[in-house]
Amino acid sequence: MSEQKIDGIIEKYRGKPGALIHALTEIQHELHWLPREVMEKVAEALEVPFSLVRQIVSFYKTFSLTPKGRHEVHVCTGMTCHLRGAAKLMAKVAEITGLKPGETDTDSRFTLERGSCLGSCSIGPELIVDGKHYGRMTPDKVEDVLKRYE
Amino acid sequence: MTDIVLNIDGKEVTAAAGATVLDAARQAGIHIPTLCHFEKLEAYGGCRLCMVESESRGKTSYVVSCLYPVENGLVVRTRSAKVDKIRRLIIEELMAHAPEAPELVALAREYGADKDRFEKEPIYCILCGLCERYCAEVKQKNAIGFVGNGPEREISFVPEIAAKECNDCKECFPLCPTSYLQAAFVLVESLTFAPAAAEPVAAQG
Ligand code: SF4
Ligand code: FES
Repeated sequence: MSEQKIDGIIEKYRGKPGALIHALTEIQHELHWLPREVMEKVAEALEVPFSLVRQIVSFYKTFSLTPKGRHEVHVCTGMTCHLRGAAKLMAKVAEITGLKPGETDTDSRFTLERGSCLGSCSIGPELIVDGKHYGRMTPDKVEDVLKRYE
Repeated sequence: MTDIVLNIDGKEVTAAAGATVLDAARQAGIHIPTLCHFEKLEAYGGCRLCMVESESRGKTSYVVSCLYPVENGLVVRTRSAKVDKIRRLIIEELMAHAPEAPELVALAREYGADKDRFEKEPIYCILCGLCERYCAEVKQKNAIGFVGNGPEREISFVPEIAAKECNDCKECFPLCPTSYLQAAFVLVESLTFAPAAAEPVAAQG
């Protein structure tokens, strides 16, 4: 099912080298990582060298060469969030998920990442799960938020 | 197309429109040092060593001569205290990566660069991209490319393509200003495919 979806994405961009980043972004979104076979398929269909696909994927943080969790949890550690208690928030999230920044749990439920100023200083400290922003997050509220993501 | 007249190191130089300052200087026999430039490849502008002082409409700026197009009335100085200082810094930074690369050693002597100025991080590749671009543009094989970003950026062969193409080519080896490229090749060869030379040895044993 998921494979069909990936093939669909690749087909949509066949013959369009300029759409490389779009195609990779959509696939990353779907699979939460970019397996090598998929990168090879993309290279062939979009008519770009595999070495370029590899270069792009390894360059941008959005893309991942290893499997990520179903949900991406970012704790902003930018200056404002830091001053507003991001370290405590991060410690709590790490405790709940059992992860250090950059890690993914064995059930592939969460990947934890540090964010550096995610652009919403006025509502810091900030937690972002799958692109959804949770402002003024505190260590005692965060468990309830994470519970919503299975 | 009309020719462009500019002044390089006090000399009137004529160049075709669209030429770069580096092209014009070389044509006139004026030397500008480069590390990432190679005639057969598109200009890259990666190493910044070819930086020169340019003066246009009373404004002085520092431009990368391998990319900067010639213009009428442009005044170029290929050496000045500031140009030398910029080049010295670039050389010193690169020498933290490849302290023994012959081209860098020669440049360091010319510009008085101190190879020990920055803490060594000997990764031996100076990321000039000559190997990658040669493979892509001239050979059109794309057997090698960059991976990673920032301080993690490095050159890496694509094993499947390298196994097929590289043994009979290796034309990028002499382009590399350091010995990193050959080392990277030997590594990928020994890790992922049998080196061609290893077969007869194995047969003997
Ligand atoms: S391996 Fe050599 S040629 Fe290739 S980018 Fe590094 S220094 Fe340049
Ligand atoms: S030769 Fe111009 S930037 Fe490298």
